[in-house]
Amino acid sequence: MKKRIIRIAIGAAVFAAAILMPETLWQVELGVFLAAYIIIGYKVIWKAVRGIINGQMLDENFLMAVASIGAFFVGEYPEAVAVMLFYQIGELFEDYAVGKSRRSITELMNIRPDSANLKTEDGIEEVDPGKVNPGDIIIIRPGEKVPLDGKIIEGVSSLNTAALTGESLPREVYEGDEVLSGCVNVNGLLTVEVTKPFGESTVSKILDLVENSAVKKAKTENFITRFAVIYTPLVVGAALLLAILPPLLIEGALWQDWIYRALNFLVVSCPCALVISVPLSFFGGIGGASRAGVLVKGSNYLEAVSKAEYVVMDKTGTLTEGVFHVENIFAEEGFEEESILEYAAMAESYSNHPISQSLKTAYSKEIDESQISDVSEIAGKGVVAYVQGRRIAVGNRKLMDDETEFKGEFAIRKGGTQVYVSVDGAYGGCILLADKVKDDSKETIALLKKAGIQTVMLTGDSKEAGEKAASELGISKVYTGLMPADKVAIVEELMSTKSEKGKLIFVGDGINDAPVLARADIGIAMGGLGSDAAIEAADMVIMNDRPSKLAQIIKISKKTMTIVYENIVFALGVKIAILILSALGMVGLWVAVFGDVGVAMLAILNALRCLK
Amino acid sequence: MKKTYLLDGLCCANCAAKIEKGVADIDGVTSASVSFLTTKLVFEGDDDKMDEIVKKAKKVVKKIEPDVKMEEL
Repeated sequence: MKKRIIRIAIGAAVFAAAILMPETLWQVELGVFLAAYIIIGYKVIWKAVRGIINGQMLDENFLMAVASIGAFFVGEYPEAVAVMLFYQIGELFEDYAVGKSRRSITELMNIRPDSANLKTEDGIEEVDPGKVNPGDIIIIRPGEKVPLDGKIIEGVSSLNTAALTGESLPREVYEGDEVLSGCVNVNGLLTVEVTKPFGESTVSKILDLVENSAVKKAKTENFITRFAVIYTPLVVGAALLLAILPPLLIEGALWQDWIYRALNFLVVSCPCALVISVPLSFFGGIGGASRAGVLVKGSNYLEAVSKAEYVVMDKTGTLTEGVFHVENIFAEEGFEEESILEYAAMAESYSNHPISQSLKTAYSKEIDESQISDVSEIAGKGVVAYVQGRRIAVGNRKLMDDETEFKGEFAIRKGGTQVYVSVDGAYGGCILLADKVKDDSKETIALLKKAGIQTVMLTGDSKEAGEKAASELGISKVYTGLMPADKVAIVEELMSTKSEKGKLIFVGDGINDAPVLARADIGIAMGGLGSDAAIEAADMVIMNDRPSKLAQIIKISKKTMTIVYENIVFALGVKIAILILSALGMVGLWVAVFGDVGVAMLAILNALRCLK
Repeated sequence: MKKTYLLDGLCCANCAAKIEKGVADIDGVTSASVSFLTTKLVFEGDDDKMDEIVKKAKKVVKKIEPDVKMEEL
């Protein structure tokens, strides 16, 4: 870089001297200009020659070489040197800007740990994280990155998860807690048992995902690439015609004049401004999104999000906390409230569903697993198990219809989630659970609506509970009482009603949602941190569990697309204007050079705004 | 089989596009992509033709950007 600057500076000085030189013999003048030209542009010419040998005509170097040598031939010495000089300065800035954006994007993702402190028999050894195996013990000191996923066996600390989630609030961790690689240990000394090899650790997965995001290109990106392929030959062809036809056809037209105009065409025939700035804008957008804690698997998804017409959301865990608490227990005659809870907690004890967790929490006593047998989960209905020898069914009303002959009134209260319990085929009672709506859910829905997006909520909950939550949040459409398979059908139905270009986003917590995530135009998994299934199935992953990120990613996507279109219109507009003015002989090579490198630079600077 | 190469010294976006097209056109390649920003070339192709594909891909890169060094990742 430095060498290039010095070379260009020396060339520029010789060029200035040549311009200021008092009038002398034309041979001397040409000699000095040629010297400046060669100092500045010998590499370009060399590359052009090599390009011709390799059969790569029409590359940038070739075009610039032809344009500037042509200018020498028509006697425009200063312009010949100026073309090369500005081209080189422009390239320099371009490289700088591209380098800078490459760096700032990689810095965003600077979460790769360099080493791990492995505990061995002879003390602590610093090793490459790739060499640590599951089961090994590592030490993480304050200020260090967590190198591999694992479980704390000793120590208390707070972890900064900002690099993964975009959330600035540190998370407290204690003995027994899981730690994820990529977090930064803030203050305590942690001893951690590694649970996953480096290649499968969170940090590797995330980096892999972001680095590969460039592979899935947006439609606009592909369009620009295709456009570039035809643009250059077209303009060069036009240049040829412009140089040859008018002098032959128009009386009194000078060859010199028309060749000069044609040279302008050659200079603006490079599509670089577009070819660089469009992918750069997308890459910047993806970088900006990952800084906000949203991983995007490809620029095609970022592009698609800007065209969202529907946002379909799962309720539990997405819009609500997904943490239930037992609000009330209604026992039928002949049953104790306490025993209803006990049966339910025991029957559900093998499940990880948030409802089971809350039942266990409410029961609060140790569960003796030897008393439970033959547990079978019935999808979309609940669980049947034998507890203390009695057949216990825990689930929704559909399950009760299967299990019991109960025809009476089910205890119902609006706004909660009911879990029904039957004992040996008799309806025993109902447990009422309540879930809390997330703080930012309502605001997110309002923002989405303002952006003209239809909001739809899907839930397996009862009609009452689902509709209450929907009206509380201001969601326009709600589907309740759904089984996992129903969700796919509803998403397909909605997709058939949207406009041709409109897109449907599905947001879920990634558990049980894989088919819907895959079916939607854009599947967004929420709370993806540490959930492999979610990262795998989704097109975008919101790393923390805040729905407000959804509004944020739509904003980022729209901004990115605005910048992309700005760049396309600006670059093409300027180039076409210069082509027309050049053909009319109204502008010189100076302006044409600006049309090439100047526009590219401005477009790159504009693209960098995507990062913010 | 999927292969990833770092194209060290890739400095022209248009050439990146040309390399992408050049590699995609190689017999046996099912998909190819060059990212100018990460300077990575990723392509997928038939396993039994892979040696041949890699050879040809190297030739394509050499032809379009003689200064670029290819490094397998």
